[in-house]
Amino acid sequence: MKTNIAMSAAGAMLAILMTSPAYAEDGYDAPADWPAPMAEHNMAMGLFDRLEYAVPDKGEEALVWDFQAWYGGDVNRIYLKSEGENVQGDGEDAEFESLELLYSRLVSDFWELQGGIGYQGGVFSDDHAERTYGVVGLQGVMPYGIETNLAFQVSDEGDVSASIEGEYDLRLTQRLYLQPRTEIALAASEVEAFGVGEGLNSVRVGMRLGYEVTRRIAPYVGVYWEKRYGDTADLARHHGDPTEDSGVVAGVRMMF
Amino acid sequence: MASSRVITHPLSRRQLLKGGAALGIGSAAALGLRPAWANPWGQANTYAKGIEEGPEVALAIRRESLDIDGKQARPISINGTSPGPLIRLKEGQDAVLRVTNLLDEPTSIHWHGLILPPGMDGVPGVSFAGIEPGETFTYRIPIRQNGTYWYHSHSGMQEQLGHAGPLIIDAAEREPFRYDREHVLLLTDWTFEDPMSVFRNLKTAEGYYNFQERTIADFFADVREKGFAATADMRGMWAKMRMSSRDIADVTGSTYTYLLNGHSPGENWTALFKAGERIRLRVINGSAMSYFDVRIPGLKMTVVAADGQPVQPVPVDEFRIAVAETYDVLVTPEDDTAYTIFAESMDRSGYARATLAPREGMESDIPERRRIADRGMEAMGAHGMAGMDHSGMEGMDHSGMEGMDHSGMEGMDHSGMEGMDHSGMQGMDHGGGGMTKETSKTRENGMLASGEAQPGSRYGQAGIGIDPEERRVLVYRDLKAFTPWPDRREPGREMELHLTGNMERYMWSFDGKKFSEVTGPIHFEKDERLRLILVNDTMMEHPIHLHGMWMELENGQGELIPRKHTLNVKPGERVSALITADAEGSWAFHCHLLYHMDAGMFRVVKVS
Repeated sequence: MKTNIAMSAAGAMLAILMTSPAYAEDGYDAPADWPAPMAEHNMAMGLFDRLEYAVPDKGEEALVWDFQAWYGGDVNRIYLKSEGENVQGDGEDAEFESLELLYSRLVSDFWELQGGIGYQGGVFSDDHAERTYGVVGLQGVMPYGIETNLAFQVSDEGDVSASIEGEYDLRLTQRLYLQPRTEIALAASEVEAFGVGEGLNSVRVGMRLGYEVTRRIAPYVGVYWEKRYGDTADLARHHGDPTEDSGVVAGVRMMF
Repeated sequence: MASSRVITHPLSRRQLLKGGAALGIGSAAALGLRPAWANPWGQANTYAKGIEEGPEVALAIRRESLDIDGKQARPISINGTSPGPLIRLKEGQDAVLRVTNLLDEPTSIHWHGLILPPGMDGVPGVSFAGIEPGETFTYRIPIRQNGTYWYHSHSGMQEQLGHAGPLIIDAAEREPFRYDREHVLLLTDWTFEDPMSVFRNLKTAEGYYNFQERTIADFFADVREKGFAATADMRGMWAKMRMSSRDIADVTGSTYTYLLNGHSPGENWTALFKAGERIRLRVINGSAMSYFDVRIPGLKMTVVAADGQPVQPVPVDEFRIAVAETYDVLVTPEDDTAYTIFAESMDRSGYARATLAPREGMESDIPERRRIADRGMEAMGAHGMAGMDHSGMEGMDHSGMEGMDHSGMEGMDHSGMEGMDHSGMQGMDHGGGGMTKETSKTRENGMLASGEAQPGSRYGQAGIGIDPEERRVLVYRDLKAFTPWPDRREPGREMELHLTGNMERYMWSFDGKKFSEVTGPIHFEKDERLRLILVNDTMMEHPIHLHGMWMELENGQGELIPRKHTLNVKPGERVSALITADAEGSWAFHCHLLYHMDAGMFRVVKVS
């Protein structure tokens, strides 16, 4: 991983957070040594939106994660996001589908504009092809309460890709929820090493049924279906992978 | 109860107080660590430790282990009790209150509702530097008012830890009502969670404490009742706005234990009386976040004071008390039986309870809690009409009421009135009707005459979750002073502030700016008379508190408008108050929901 780029980007983001406006104790003659009447609190939070074991019909079983964490205030935040999996029994270590460090700014009531750098490849290993990329995205809640993540990536090789994720919580009881989820991946150019073809790459649709033991811990079970399209499907066939698959998952949503 | 009877006779409470002092000593031990003002026999018959009589009072602030609802807790105590002792002062005294901080962090005490010198108001960063650990700060306050008030910390989130207590100022002259016995009823909301973690939960996970959200079952129930189209329309609108119509309280009974005089409902604190006595209940909402609806089934209550200031008697069955408000009510139980004092939280997620009884150990039925209400169009309107408010109100500033009639009402009509349910309609009709009527009462400069109800106000409504058909509930319009307040000038200008917020992020603000985002204070000209107009653009209630000066609530009572220190502004509502800016200095002005204030709904008012 290109750590120095990551470090300098992280440094720049911290600097942005630090320079966010301080307290407004000015303007009413308060002596300098008085505290601000109201303190602004920076906060941090982490969320495993999905941490699950997936059992597909055709492919290999895998441990899958979808994690994000942030630190900051109401407007400016740093995000760490990661999605990835550890395919069971392939003799390889886990793989980051994405590991991103982002600066995020609230641009309207429900939307954050995010930008930063990302890494795709092995987790502490050379088992997988790797690349770094720049990412710009929009994260927020659409009308009707659909949580949405929209991202554009440009890799260090200049390859452009995009992804759209949406999920929705339908409340069945105060603790039981049904969560439909859709993920669509697109690319502007073929990158064979990552099994990415031009155009529409894949669509993944899932439905999870979760139970909030507390607001912070919700075990769930679910089903999913995914399909690869066009060149991406061809690449999958070439590697002997299925182009269409479905499966069941069991996991837990955890918030810290 | 015949209200005329209430107003006449002199009181003899002082004599009773003296006589009861000796009786109180024995019961102090039985009270344990509870404040003695929460003594079953009330102030009129007994008091011992736990009441700090002025003019000189010493208070020690500590963090210590005490039992709350039978469980070990770590509240902040004042002189060993949490909530703190009753501070009892007398009008005309020059009170000296020495507060010693034995915490390991700075603290403060704000005397809520007192008119006092700016340096004595107790807001760190606005009136003084705060009280450092180990330090003693001496408050010197000339007491020139009387009534029921309270005090609390204004540092961080200490208030949520029980750093609060009642403050009573006995009148120098005869009050306009008499009574045989009095009890303080202090309502608070206690959580065993760390207040900072409550705040974090609100900030990071919307709806964290709401376990009364709408579910699919509610949808089908509504379909059966109202039909599919109406239900789908309504739910669609809420969903489109990405909000919950069940957002009545941010922090609920899922973490709060609602306390009355420091006691949980199960502990059933008992206030004693003898049949036929007239009892003054001094009800204080010292909660961090909770509005309550208070009633005593079987007893009519006569409201005789609001926010410490006497009002003409209003007989009611129930009253809603916003955070930081106080109400004094008289009750006369004629029967030798127990009555439940029932304070239901506004979102119906819990209640505080005590018993009014002739003997210890008695209890009466606890009423069923009502179901949580869904917010209607008035709350949604507030949000949708944010744009309209600006254009409409600007029109008003320049061209007066007529301009507003047209632009404002049209704006309202366009902003999603279709599909409104009937309750919402009534609210709007009401505002509209008021508007036409008030037009004739504007002055030559286009401003509304003093004391008239603002167009867009809903002073005739108690608020969400109250059915006015069910029982007689106090509304702001009922509040009427005995005599006009001294400053009879018409306001020289109007200042409009919008109450704003971002629910998703739990950001709260005035005019869209959190305290950390504004650069200066709100300026009042020394000795000016102004009208403060508060417009609630959010879908939550906000109890707005101005320090240092009274707000004369223009509830339509003309010359006899009541004055208050805390105004409840309902969702979508537009209210106004007249202020005499006679208190030179810097004063805090904020929403009294603790976490709203901490999230930015705070300003400094500078009078110069």
